[in-house]
Amino acid sequence: MIPSQFDYVKPASVDEAVQALVQAGEDAKILAGGQSLLPVLRLRLAAPSVVIDLGGIPELRTISDDGDRIAIGAMAPHHDVLRDDLVKQHVALLAQATSTVADPQVRHRGTLGGALAHADPAGDLGAVALALEAEFVIAGTSGTRTVTAADFFVDYFTTAIGEGEILTQVRFPKYTGWTSHYEKFNRTAQAWSMCAVAAALRIDGGTIAEARIGLTNMGTTPIRATGVEQALVGQSATADAVRAAAEHATEGTAAPSDADAAADYREHLARVLTGRAVLAAAG
Amino acid sequence: MTTTAEPTALEFGKARTRKEDARLITGRTRFTDSITPTGTVFLHVVRSPIAHATITGIDKSAAEASPGVFGVYTAADLGAEGIGLPHVWPLTPNEKAPQRPLLAIDTVHFAGEGIAVVLARSAAEARDAADLVEADYEPLAPVLDMEAAVADGADLVHPSLETNVSDVWVFDAGAAGTGGDVDEAITAAEADPDSVVVRRRFRQQRLIPAFMEPRSAVVDPTGEQIVMYSATQVPHVLRTMTTATLGIPESKLRVIAPDVGGGFGGKLSVTPEELLCVVVAQKLGKPVKWTETRSESLLAAHHGRDQIQDITITAKKDGTVTGLDVRLLADMGAYLELVGPGVPVLGAFMFNAIYKIPAYKFTCTTVLTTKTPTGAYRGAGRPEATFAIERIMDELAVELGRDPLELRKQNWITHEEFPFTTVVGLTYDSGNYEQATDKAVELFDYAGLRREQEERRRNGDKVQLGIGISTFTEMCGLAPSRVLGSLGYGAGGWEAASVRMLATGKVEVVTGASGHGQGHETAFSQIVADQLGVPFEDVEILHGDTQISPKGLDTYGSRSLVVGGIAIVKATEKVVAKAKKIAAHMLEASEEDIEFNAGQFTVRGTGQGKAIQEIAWAAFTGHDYPADMEPSLDSDAVYDPENFSYPHGTHLAAIEVDTETGHVDLRHYVCVDDIGTVVNPLIAEGQVHGGLAQGIAQALFEEANYDEQGTLVNGTFVDYTLPSAADLPSFTTATVETPATSNPLGVKGVGEAGTIASTPAIVNGVIDAIRHLGVREVEMPCTSQRVWRAIQDAQGKATRETPIDTHSPGAGLGSIDPNNPQGEVQ
Repeated sequence: MIPSQFDYVKPASVDEAVQALVQAGEDAKILAGGQSLLPVLRLRLAAPSVVIDLGGIPELRTISDDGDRIAIGAMAPHHDVLRDDLVKQHVALLAQATSTVADPQVRHRGTLGGALAHADPAGDLGAVALALEAEFVIAGTSGTRTVTAADFFVDYFTTAIGEGEILTQVRFPKYTGWTSHYEKFNRTAQAWSMCAVAAALRIDGGTIAEARIGLTNMGTTPIRATGVEQALVGQSATADAVRAAAEHATEGTAAPSDADAAADYREHLARVLTGRAVLAAAG
Repeated sequence: MTTTAEPTALEFGKARTRKEDARLITGRTRFTDSITPTGTVFLHVVRSPIAHATITGIDKSAAEASPGVFGVYTAADLGAEGIGLPHVWPLTPNEKAPQRPLLAIDTVHFAGEGIAVVLARSAAEARDAADLVEADYEPLAPVLDMEAAVADGADLVHPSLETNVSDVWVFDAGAAGTGGDVDEAITAAEADPDSVVVRRRFRQQRLIPAFMEPRSAVVDPTGEQIVMYSATQVPHVLRTMTTATLGIPESKLRVIAPDVGGGFGGKLSVTPEELLCVVVAQKLGKPVKWTETRSESLLAAHHGRDQIQDITITAKKDGTVTGLDVRLLADMGAYLELVGPGVPVLGAFMFNAIYKIPAYKFTCTTVLTTKTPTGAYRGAGRPEATFAIERIMDELAVELGRDPLELRKQNWITHEEFPFTTVVGLTYDSGNYEQATDKAVELFDYAGLRREQEERRRNGDKVQLGIGISTFTEMCGLAPSRVLGSLGYGAGGWEAASVRMLATGKVEVVTGASGHGQGHETAFSQIVADQLGVPFEDVEILHGDTQISPKGLDTYGSRSLVVGGIAIVKATEKVVAKAKKIAAHMLEASEEDIEFNAGQFTVRGTGQGKAIQEIAWAAFTGHDYPADMEPSLDSDAVYDPENFSYPHGTHLAAIEVDTETGHVDLRHYVCVDDIGTVVNPLIAEGQVHGGLAQGIAQALFEEANYDEQGTLVNGTFVDYTLPSAADLPSFTTATVETPATSNPLGVKGVGEAGTIASTPAIVNGVIDAIRHLGVREVEMPCTSQRVWRAIQDAQGKATRETPIDTHSPGAGLGSIDPNNPQGEVQ
């Protein structure tokens, strides 16, 4: 498969990348791990005039302890994220969800920032970032700004990243001591999620003290299941209590219908998988 | 003379790793797309995005002006309007066979049909220019549904034919005198309180062969012969058909199938692209190359299966089957593929399978639609037949309250009854269904799993267990030429081989079978090593080039070993006979006193002897050989089998169904196949594994879907869901051996066995898991949604099926909406 012609730029710093992006205008595309962009280019579903490759900026790949947060460079590959000790200790849900992304080859190439900026509602990591209230650091000509996950995801493939801006870092609050689970449902082992549920719980003395629930592929953006969260708080994690709370899973969703799953089936899955995710997280 | 290793024990039966794998796995070899003669021009096909439309105009000007472009041609520009692609399997003299042009002329008949070709200096320039070809279409009504297509007043795919019914082909055992009249059997059963009649409709969904190497062709017209390289499984058929179609003398075309990355029947064709490369290469006087993308392959390479099967079975209440009626609608797509209509008809003789069915009738209606043409796909007709009979045997067992395995046992041909002539007149030479089944039952722990199933049902477990059973036999080793002739097929079924003893004692074996991943080189080398008593390493297998192997009928239908392998055996026997004469001459003994064993010709009762390598050298020098022969050991053979071979087996699947989500999990799979004697157990097991994966994929994963406009919606492997190893369990495979009596090696063929047997085993298992909830049918592929909905329906819970938007984001390639590919893509 042969893409349309494009110019290729590989800047060495974030500043250079922003400059290149501003210069190229709206026909530019940013290349992170390329796991979504390259297929789209090859199928000619996109024909950018310039591709700006962020692969030459090493600081975008680091993962660090930022006090009360874990800061992950936008270009950190999935493989690095899911094996990172800081991530495993403080943001276990992210590591769990990342381990379900596609296959090892994709996880070595694909990046956290690339997946989140692509904002595919079937992607696994948006629901995690949303549920865990991650912050998105975005660089532009006038410096950086920070956007909450709730504001970051706008629509299908659309985020708060503006023209001439680049996502540089994603910061996750520490959920040390929380339990979590990512429950994924797909057609084949390496396919996109038909529906998936990200769940993190803080259990105190046998009672759910706090809950964070995110849904994958149940709308045009990742969705936070606040109704489920509220119903869980104060409950002990029994099957009945969890199942009752999971009935709230479809509140505020707008499930898509496609060949794999019509909306009603997706809604049913969301409820079942929410129950399973919470019970698995509760251990 | 070079030294040769000592031949050791027999090669036959040795699990050798494949000699071809080093070059294939490391990518060192050359596939068609790796071949680029100097001055090659690249061809790109401009394809119709619309299923059915009149072409009102094609504006080539922008494309012609694009950099690097040599030309943009329609069929008219090439003077190719009169050329029709070959179709060699007309079912009856009345068959309605639309001529398929190389490029659509006035009307496109399926989405993906070519309308023009772009020729450019590079593949990239050809691709860029193709985007600039502007075609205007006046849409016509698509014809997508087979039942609607055969109804009166249907929209017509080809109005000049006045019907969408291409043909109706009937085999009636009563009329043929091979069995009873099935209409009488059904009438009798309906009137008999001690009989039952079970009717079911099954659907064989449309599949795509999905070989690993996309199709590719390179045609070099610069020499005296035109040379065509093609990723084909049928170089000989391609040569004959290309020359017959284009009016080129057969002697002026050399076809080479270099290493070919899989076919599964999908490369048993003569394609418009191959012929276009020849036509354009002749026009430009330059080599021309075409290589398809995966999306083109999914869209425009022929598809497989796609049948609606109406099956009626009658039986006594004691379980004895008394009749079987089969009515098929088979979707041919927009045109008749090379062997398209022959595919369902190959199944005609297999619906009766391993059973003694006294009355039988088969009626197949081949239907034209505005979809991609269908053709051969692994198993070709036999998987469809096996699916139907094995599904309805389960349904009959339920109807009669019998264990499905016991019911099969009651009706199958017992091992004492071979050779057995079936209701369709085929004579099964050998088999032992009891032996294969007993072994499978033991390996599977059938009784233990039935107990577990019972327990889970009793407990109302969320995850229910089903046991899927499938037995099968297949007519393999296509085929006796006379039989193929009687079925209207345009060619024979023999195979050719030549064995050349080189001066140094090494051996070149030329075969007309054209392997494309099966492991022929290894298996054939093992056979020849034993036949001639030479080391395995000393045998070279040559194939896939009509200049090296001028005679052959290629590889499909599990025929390479059973027909091609036997041709090789016959040729080696002639070599030995010639060598024996020379040995007798050299040893000054009478030929009758010469014994041949393990490569040594010895004078009986003496220690005197000559190795076959020494004889080869003597024949080469020609200094001293008998007066009544030529100084050569080289020999040819053409083998035309007298009968098919009939591998069989019993497959058992343990299936878990999550009744909350509908998810199907294949927990355990056991198959015991009787493929006769086994040349190389490792290769045979590999064939079974691959076949199982492909058959299971039909049951659970794969489906080619069209939207209401007739557009294929599975344009990439994101949408056409092939399973990977992660979706399949570790299979338990075993073989039992009842040697075929129809050939000297006792072999039966293994290429299609796994594919044929596994599909019904899986679906039977899925239904068995949830039958107690009221489900009696789940269409293939049994996706989680279909299973969930079947359970809801059976429980009387109406589901609100929302309209499906096949192009919605979230539906496909990274959820890309092809109509709106914008958005921040990083």
